[in-house]
Amino acid sequence: MAIVYQRPHALLDVPTHYCPGCTHGVIHKLVAEVIDELGIEGNTVGVVPVGCSVMAYDYFACDAVEAPHGRAPAVATGLKRAIPTNVVFTYQGDGDLAAIGTAETVHSATRGENITVIFVNNGIYGMTGGQMAPTTLPGQVTQTTPYGRDTDIAGYPIRVCEMLSTLSGVAYAERVAVDSVPNIKKAKAAIKKAFTAQIEGKGFSIVEVLSTCPTNWGFTPVEAIQWLRDNMMPYYPLGVYMDRTEEGVKHNA
Amino acid sequence: MASNQKVLMKGNEALAEAAIQAGCHHFFGYPITPQTEVAAYMSKRMPKIGGTYLQAESEVAAINMVLGAASAGVRAMTSSSSPGISLKSEGISYIAGSDLPCLIINVQRGGPGLGGIQPSQSDYWQATRAPGHGDLHILVFAPSTIQEMVDMVFDAFENADRYRMPAMILADGMLGQMMEPVVFPEKKVVTFDKESWATNGHKNQRPHNIVNSLYLQATELERKVKERFERYEVIKAKEARAEEYLVDDAELVVVAYGATSRIARSAINSARAKGVKVGLIRPQTLWPYPSAVIAKAAQTAKAFLTVEMSMGQMVDDVRLAVNGKAPVSFFGHTGGVIPTPAEVLSEIEKLTGGDR
Amino acid sequence: MAKMSVNDNICKGCGLCIHVCPKKIIVLNKTVLNAKGYHPAKVDEMDKCIGCAMCAVMCPDCAITVEK
Repeated sequence: MAIVYQRPHALLDVPTHYCPGCTHGVIHKLVAEVIDELGIEGNTVGVVPVGCSVMAYDYFACDAVEAPHGRAPAVATGLKRAIPTNVVFTYQGDGDLAAIGTAETVHSATRGENITVIFVNNGIYGMTGGQMAPTTLPGQVTQTTPYGRDTDIAGYPIRVCEMLSTLSGVAYAERVAVDSVPNIKKAKAAIKKAFTAQIEGKGFSIVEVLSTCPTNWGFTPVEAIQWLRDNMMPYYPLGVYMDRTEEGVKHNA
Repeated sequence: MASNQKVLMKGNEALAEAAIQAGCHHFFGYPITPQTEVAAYMSKRMPKIGGTYLQAESEVAAINMVLGAASAGVRAMTSSSSPGISLKSEGISYIAGSDLPCLIINVQRGGPGLGGIQPSQSDYWQATRAPGHGDLHILVFAPSTIQEMVDMVFDAFENADRYRMPAMILADGMLGQMMEPVVFPEKKVVTFDKESWATNGHKNQRPHNIVNSLYLQATELERKVKERFERYEVIKAKEARAEEYLVDDAELVVVAYGATSRIARSAINSARAKGVKVGLIRPQTLWPYPSAVIAKAAQTAKAFLTVEMSMGQMVDDVRLAVNGKAPVSFFGHTGGVIPTPAEVLSEIEKLTGGDR
Repeated sequence: MAKMSVNDNICKGCGLCIHVCPKKIIVLNKTVLNAKGYHPAKVDEMDKCIGCAMCAVMCPDCAITVEK
């Protein structure tokens, strides 16, 4: 018998600290599979955020740096400028990327920084126990929106791919989900396209992945998948928001 | 810039040129008066040598770009002035907690808040006590001439690499803006092997390297911090530096650093001309602090006077070093109001009983 | 002839593999409790496995290996 599916080399054989059914693990796996398929583990450096995925440096087999909250794109910029032949990716949650780190996100994107951002959007702060995130949906109940997110008070969620797609430095922006096997395969293709764009020097690439947080959403893992489909996917439509992977972003005034 | 040739240079530009000559090819900055010439100079020179000059979106981003570049194992630096250093303090803490080397330049201006844009020394506490949150120190160098700024940039990079920690040049607006003749020494840049920790890609030849400051196990965190503090003890024993001027027979010892030490020196010369036995101790490193030099002087001197461009910050360290053996007084002005030699002379005379 | 195997130590018993299995042959093994306190997934009727690996693709913990 031949092996049809096994753990990718770029994902170390250690148990993760994620809750049962949390799809962070799926996204880790996809990033690792792409690293394997592109044969880049030896020259890839990951930058991990503050939040649930803070300890991802223990899971990926490539070199990794743990950045201050929200600063992963700035840290990645330093790593990439120091050794441009390395492949540098950030792995960030919604609080990290779209709240405290908004400036770093927007400016690394508009600079066309040749890095890849894996943005995990689950609409909640997981590590601190389920508070409102910048991507928490209107009406969504969290620990700090106990009556549901009131947009009169807390404003509206940020649609990151849509926002970044207005910037000239963005080579690739796609939103995917990991709610089903077909969508997981599409997510992997998007991540591979984003890494490839970087390797070819095309500019900033981001893949936003809609992900679940069963624990803090208060659902079983299977219910969480359904909640993501019913609530997040209508608000955050899947698709390619920018694709300059052919021409790149240089001289893209 | 040719070596061993005397040139007239502005302090900020000399700092920048020295950094390049010390092997720093990665600069991440953000404009703020009175240090902006550092960034401007870097933006002019870096493209010519294939280096990186990047104007970040904020001081916060700039220090984190330094964190990234330092993680990759290259010499990296940033430069700012007081309000900007406050913004960098988060990154400085992470860099210290990740055992990364880098250089941070603070061309101080008056504070607190937006304060003013004139020279000041009111970030002494910040630099030596709390450059960021947590149990940590950074190396702090205090130059008093443009030449010393150049020399200390080399030393700062070297010791930052040697001890794997951030180093700071604590200058002020006066040193940053003034021009003096300077010689760029033909210094051999000492390099360090960073392969055991740098996140520069493992090339399938070693286990992955991790640059990190997170230790969720409290005992592990304590072990890391204690390990760092053992290193700090070595640094305290080996790297504290001070210049002594006419201290041997001094009854009064003035302690001053940076630009203020130049003013103090003029006042001391005037006092000596009048027969007053006064000398100067000029700390060249503020962390580690040259406490031993001051403690030794306290065995013979009858009094100490600290002069600063602040409300009195370094005076704390002078008092700790003197340890009650003699009275320690303070004279100073805050941001932009530069003490005059006449004022300092008058303080000296007050403390030594006036004209003899 | 296909085979799926679960690393009992890593599996968290989340049930996502059960949810996506087209043959509905995966169950949680209530007789086993791993070190983390979870009932790991297992397949009793392995002869029905078609080796599609959907369980492994969905598994957040990389606990499943599929052979065919």
